[in-house]
Amino acid sequence: MTKANNKKGFLQYLKSPNSAGLWFILLIGFAGGIIFWGGFNTALEVTNTEEFCISCHEMENNVYEEYRETIHYSNRSGVRATCPDCHVPKEWTHKIIRKIAASKEVWGKLTGIINTPEKFNGHRRSMAEREWKRMKENDSRECRNCHNFEYMDFSEQGNRSVKMHKDALGTGEKTCIDCHKGIAHTLPDMKGVENW
Amino acid sequence: MKRLSYVVMVLGLACTTTLHAQEVNSGGVESLRGTATLDETKKAETMKRVIKDKNPIARNYVHQPPMVPHQTRGYRVDLNSNKCLTCHGWKYAAETGATKVSLTHFETRDGKTLSDVSPRRYFCSQCHVTQADAKPLVDNTFEPVESLGNE
Repeated sequence: MTKANNKKGFLQYLKSPNSAGLWFILLIGFAGGIIFWGGFNTALEVTNTEEFCISCHEMENNVYEEYRETIHYSNRSGVRATCPDCHVPKEWTHKIIRKIAASKEVWGKLTGIINTPEKFNGHRRSMAEREWKRMKENDSRECRNCHNFEYMDFSEQGNRSVKMHKDALGTGEKTCIDCHKGIAHTLPDMKGVENW
Repeated sequence: MKRLSYVVMVLGLACTTTLHAQEVNSGGVESLRGTATLDETKKAETMKRVIKDKNPIARNYVHQPPMVPHQTRGYRVDLNSNKCLTCHGWKYAAETGATKVSLTHFETRDGKTLSDVSPRRYFCSQCHVTQADAKPLVDNTFEPVESLGNE
């Protein structure tokens, strides 16, 4: 059989009455795909809210309480950065990678690895280091979703900020997290941490 | 006559009681908050604003702990970390342009010098406080010491 014959045969097959079933299956697949994809993204967005994060007492009683004292929770203009704004990337690919990595946190919840304040503080340094490392490697990408160096007005900043931002951040020598550690949560024991 | 003296006594008592009651109410003392009775809660003053960033402020008298000429919101000083020392510590002062912490802070209470800030001098905000835009609470004739750079 030639290639053309083969193509013609397939078209004829689609046109024949007994192929109605096939069209039906395709339609179901298409609709199912939309529902699945939409549902998947909706579920993903639900897990990307502050309410979801603090539905676990580990988050609500420790890091959330600490964060409530900081400028990212309460400030002059009322603009807030919630948990996922800093801890989950905005861009889809990076978000999915982070979400898959977060399945380890579900396991942590199930096994109760940080379910008391004592256990939480015991793990505070390693958890903080993981976030510092992530921020350092992606050049503080989540900070920069809001804080863009290009639009920083040095005339509005304090003398100290101007000096550090110009010398260290502007030259790319340092990234946000190098200096701005512990801005939203209590710091662990900082012994041996660079610049502390 | 006897009746009159009773009346006078009763009146006199009544007068002293009223006077006494008035005295309790006013407290008799005017404090910085003005006259306020014990059972009355006055409206709190508005919070003072802390100046954003400024050059060092001259000391007013010898051994005065220097004021902090910048905001310190969220700067934690505890067992785990000391935010002040990340700039004012000797290791970082040159790079950050901050005033170095005085070497007197390395001394223990019995005069031994340690290799780092002594625990008794570790909690910076015990002595060093931020300068607010507040006016003096009472009129006074205090003159800052001239030799410390005050005009």
